[in-house]
Amino acid sequence: MRRKSARGSQHTVHVPDTPVTLTRVGAASLRAEVADVRRALALAGWARAARVAATDVVPGARTVLFEGVADLASLEDLLTSWPGDDSAVEPGPLVEVPVVFDGPDLDDVADRWATDAAGVAARLADTDLLSAFCGFAPGFAYLSGLPAELAVPRLGTPRPEVPAGSVAVADRWCGIYPTASPGGWRLLGRTTATLWDPASDRPALLAPGTRVRLVPA
Amino acid sequence: MTHLEVLSAGALTTVQDRGRRGLAHLGVPRAGPLDRPAAELANRLVGNRPDAALLEVTLGGFAARASRGLWVAVTGADRAHAHAQWLAAGTTLEIGTPAAGVRSYLAVAGGFSVDPVLGSRATDTLAWVGPPRVADGTVLPVGPAAGEPRPLDTPRPPAPGPLRLFAGPHPGFFDDDALERLCAAAYVVRPESNRVGLRLDGPAVPRIGPAELPSEGMVLGAVQVPPDGQPVVLLADRPPTGGYPVVAVVHPDDLWQCAQLRPGEPVRFAPFRAA
Repeated sequence: MRRKSARGSQHTVHVPDTPVTLTRVGAASLRAEVADVRRALALAGWARAARVAATDVVPGARTVLFEGVADLASLEDLLTSWPGDDSAVEPGPLVEVPVVFDGPDLDDVADRWATDAAGVAARLADTDLLSAFCGFAPGFAYLSGLPAELAVPRLGTPRPEVPAGSVAVADRWCGIYPTASPGGWRLLGRTTATLWDPASDRPALLAPGTRVRLVPA
Repeated sequence: MTHLEVLSAGALTTVQDRGRRGLAHLGVPRAGPLDRPAAELANRLVGNRPDAALLEVTLGGFAARASRGLWVAVTGADRAHAHAQWLAAGTTLEIGTPAAGVRSYLAVAGGFSVDPVLGSRATDTLAWVGPPRVADGTVLPVGPAAGEPRPLDTPRPPAPGPLRLFAGPHPGFFDDDALERLCAAAYVVRPESNRVGLRLDGPAVPRIGPAELPSEGMVLGAVQVPPDGQPVVLLADRPPTGGYPVVAVVHPDDLWQCAQLRPGEPVRFAPFRAA
């Protein structure tokens, strides 16, 4: 049975024994909260495959936002039928990104990881990264896969300009700046790969669901 | 082909259409006109489809002339008596500094046929996806007129009022009475406001729980509360994901006001109650 809670105009649906909690956001959007980043990606992929009637399907670190939904009740019914496992989704394409490890924060991160610069490169090259979601800038993918013990804090003061192609880490995320921008992540190296090309049919190289390997160049 | 030559672009002039849809998951802001009813009215007046590309002019200072005569309409700031007018070839059209409001919309019959980027002619000012920012000397191509101008279509513009709020999706980050306090307080518009967000100054919205939430999708009109407690209403050029909690969401029918509020002007909120 469904449990609905009314709190002001808050409208939340959680069906016991299902893996998703749904909250209406504003007039025509629905927020689905799940347990972790893999499930958020899985739910977004499942919903797209089911051709949900939404203008945008936006995965986040622990949520999927469905924007521009004409019929919220139907979407709620559909999403509560999601089986909740992340195995049913086809693995995305594998992209290998060549990286020169010479970033200004490489030694600092090496200290934090109790290794040296070569050790950082080797550790990253050994990690299966997954593009979980995009944000911050067009084509900027939050790459998951770093274990908790490798989490590093953001810089106290962001750099006013980070060059395009900079490979960086913050918290448990790895990311590559698609365009030059300010940024507070710790810079480990750089790539010449094109991360963002608005003239392309696939403008973002690392769209959510893409599997990523950083390969020392 | 007909062209419009921009003689003076003013503080900020961009091409806008309905926006870039279906790409938020790639980190692409939607963009689109901040004052949607005004943009739609301008397009209707000159006989365009609602998604035709037009210009959004910020605080006037704009002048342009057309290579051939064409129907034009200006709406938005100084909203009274919008109508279609014939702009003769070589005549200069000026949009002066408005007495009230911020953003004016210039539609031309046929729309601006600049090259679309990722399926849209809207310019996003956060990452500059879309047609380049309009500058002095920019020459904008005009498409073939699709319909007849409708000089008599002058519906009443929506009336200003408090921004009506839905409860936000992050109740765990705020006290139970946060929405009521937001609606009881008086805020003013801060000068850093832009197409990304309407930044407000007033009583801080107290937060409980952690400083940031795991990044998630942010809706148009989300009232985000950064660590300083000063609310920000997210607008068309917002980043698609963010990490500050959202205390409330502005009703879409009221968002046009965020396009026209000037720095220092008061903002009030009210709870939205479905009719």
